[in-house]
Amino acid sequence: MKIGKWLLPALVLLPTLGTPAQAQGVQNYAPVTDERLLNPEPQNWLQIRGGYHGNGYSPLNQINAGNVKRLVPVWSYSTGQLEGHQAPPIVNNGVMFISTPRNQVLALDAKSGKQLWRYQREFAEDVNHPHPTNRGVALYKDKVYLATMDAFVVCLDAKTGKLVWETKLAENKHNYYFTLAPLIAKGKVMVGSSGAEYGIRGFIAAVDAETGKEAWRTYTVPAPGEPGSETWPGGDVWKSGGGSVWVTGNYDPKLGLAYFGTGNPGPWPADAHPGDNLYTTSVIALDVETGKIRGHHQYHWNDNWDWDEVSTPLLFDVKRNGRTFPALVHPGRNGYLWLLERKQDGIGFVDAKPFVKQEVFTAIDPKTGRPTYDMSKRLLVGQTTTFCPSHWGGKDWPPAAFNPQTNLLYIPAHENLCVTLAGEAKIAPYQPGKRYVGTDASKTRLFPRDGAKYIGEVQAWDMNTGKKVWSYPYPDMDINWGPLLTTAGGLVFAGGSQDRKFRALDARSGKLLWEFVTNSGITAMPASYMVDGVQYIAVQSGWGVDAQKMTGRLNDSMNRKIQVPQGGVVWVFAVK
Amino acid sequence: MEQRRSLLKAAAVGGVAMVLPAAQVAQAQGNPKEARPQEGDRFVLSEGDKKGAAVKLDDLKPGGPPVTVFPQDAKDGTVRDGSRLNQVLMVRLDESQLKNDTKSRAAQGVVAYSAVCTHTGCDGLSWDAGKAMFKCPCHETEFDATDGARVVAGPAPRRLPALPLKIVEGYVTAAGAFTSRAGVIQT
Repeated sequence: MKIGKWLLPALVLLPTLGTPAQAQGVQNYAPVTDERLLNPEPQNWLQIRGGYHGNGYSPLNQINAGNVKRLVPVWSYSTGQLEGHQAPPIVNNGVMFISTPRNQVLALDAKSGKQLWRYQREFAEDVNHPHPTNRGVALYKDKVYLATMDAFVVCLDAKTGKLVWETKLAENKHNYYFTLAPLIAKGKVMVGSSGAEYGIRGFIAAVDAETGKEAWRTYTVPAPGEPGSETWPGGDVWKSGGGSVWVTGNYDPKLGLAYFGTGNPGPWPADAHPGDNLYTTSVIALDVETGKIRGHHQYHWNDNWDWDEVSTPLLFDVKRNGRTFPALVHPGRNGYLWLLERKQDGIGFVDAKPFVKQEVFTAIDPKTGRPTYDMSKRLLVGQTTTFCPSHWGGKDWPPAAFNPQTNLLYIPAHENLCVTLAGEAKIAPYQPGKRYVGTDASKTRLFPRDGAKYIGEVQAWDMNTGKKVWSYPYPDMDINWGPLLTTAGGLVFAGGSQDRKFRALDARSGKLLWEFVTNSGITAMPASYMVDGVQYIAVQSGWGVDAQKMTGRLNDSMNRKIQVPQGGVVWVFAVK
Repeated sequence: MEQRRSLLKAAAVGGVAMVLPAAQVAQAQGNPKEARPQEGDRFVLSEGDKKGAAVKLDDLKPGGPPVTVFPQDAKDGTVRDGSRLNQVLMVRLDESQLKNDTKSRAAQGVVAYSAVCTHTGCDGLSWDAGKAMFKCPCHETEFDATDGARVVAGPAPRRLPALPLKIVEGYVTAAGAFTSRAGVIQT
């Protein structure tokens, strides 16, 4: 190829790629210490959910139920990207860091919206990215960390956006890719891999925050001989067993344990991977120093409904029967609301009950939490099955939120959705990088239950009583892919719908107090922060990925023609 | 990725930081396994029990189902399986079904398209024999195989690139390159 002889030297002279496009930089940057991560200031939003607890709670109350109707946009910013925008703004003393699909990172003045720097990762032309999204950056000291869709961890200088180091952790040609924001604790940058629909072996890995050197790696599917391997069939099934890690873990600093949710085993049909399949569809507790698994709870065994339990349980205290204990609370994709107990030596089961109509589990063992199934609902090779909730579950990845003022848990739910899946007659052997699902996607049918009056909703639960307190059903059979934010102002912020709305609900009653139609649909985590005495609410709007796919499937079955426009915008609101 | 690393190193020595995509480097340097299909290439099955077998016209059943193939250099036998963007969907249809441009690219009813969706780059497209359409498993885009794989439904921004074909000594053979760039084009 003659072109190569002159092309390469010429390209070296091109503008630098992977470095800031506009290097104005950040002045007087406040390093993010361990102490600050443990005790974040109310005016800042230093982690994707506001703290290690993962509760999506802001202690700011300047914007409240009394004045939220005067909430107006104060600035916005076009990201220049299509696809699913899911990352929250991370704010440190007036500087906002936000990531977009295709691993762009923006540093913006959180008050004015002025761009301070921009990083854009460059990818190979044939990069694999079946879920083109990114769920946020992590801050530590004077650096910004990003997990990339080609399975690297990238470290940027927080002041300039310049690349400090990058570490490749897995082979993207084999469809390992990262969608989550890193979790940083004790100087370890922890990330996990997506790709179970392509036969990956899921893992969580930690790299040293200073050097980028890999510190440990823990697979969600054990190798033969390791604990849990007895729950897999023999042969090489474990090597492509799935167990993706889609979402950032939460961290209990007292126990030194990070909690991560894990995805489904693959391929989907139950008889393609007989056994319980640890540690898929589980929560696992990892020692952040070593990566050792200190405890696990598998929500349901031998998953075959694509009920990834990717969301991380929220960490807050719950009081039951006169006893207050450190809990893990998880509204599951399997439609059950799980209450577990954090312990030094493991994870204890406390309670589980359905928060949406669920037709697969027939019983839950009161001691262990192990469900019993209606075996006729299982997806098997060469067979078709119909079940509710659908394979997108009662709640997919969008995080729930907990408000210590109201003592309520808020769940972005999908009620009344069912699906028919068809297992392939014969599953082709695993090939690296090839789709490895085991269903005939052309025969998938997603549909609302007969007589259903709504699909998307926000639910509020009191975990001390185990009772639902209120529900806000979305109008017009709309769906809900909106991560939640709750504040000390007595509010719950929620997007997630095809009508492109961002809305504020009364945290105590669920009453709609305010709404605003954005450019696209909101599937990103909202955040709140304060600069110069003014509280802001910020969120990205940019529809794509699974929300877009669900819209397409429901258009088919409900004879609708809904199209949600794409293109990302950062929106920042304040009360005027 | 090694090429990328050494390039980074070289760039760093020269005082310029830059990153060049690995596939672009490989193409520029002429790695034949990563080069896109070229005129004269034959095809081999990329999956299934007969993986690696050459594709002849007589192997393709009229009406489908499609096969997924990689191009193969007819001269030295190199299979161009070094890039996922080289996956090609091939199906034999009734010639009378084919629209103008599609007919001119087809060889005795056999049509070929990039197997990678132009939306987010998914592969593993399913086949709807009744409608003669490919459907992407990721976001439901439907492509009409009889009409240049134009988008009939769904979010993909453009059709699948087509590959013109001819029959040489019974083998299905590329008569040219993809009609447009395979994969996702970033705006």
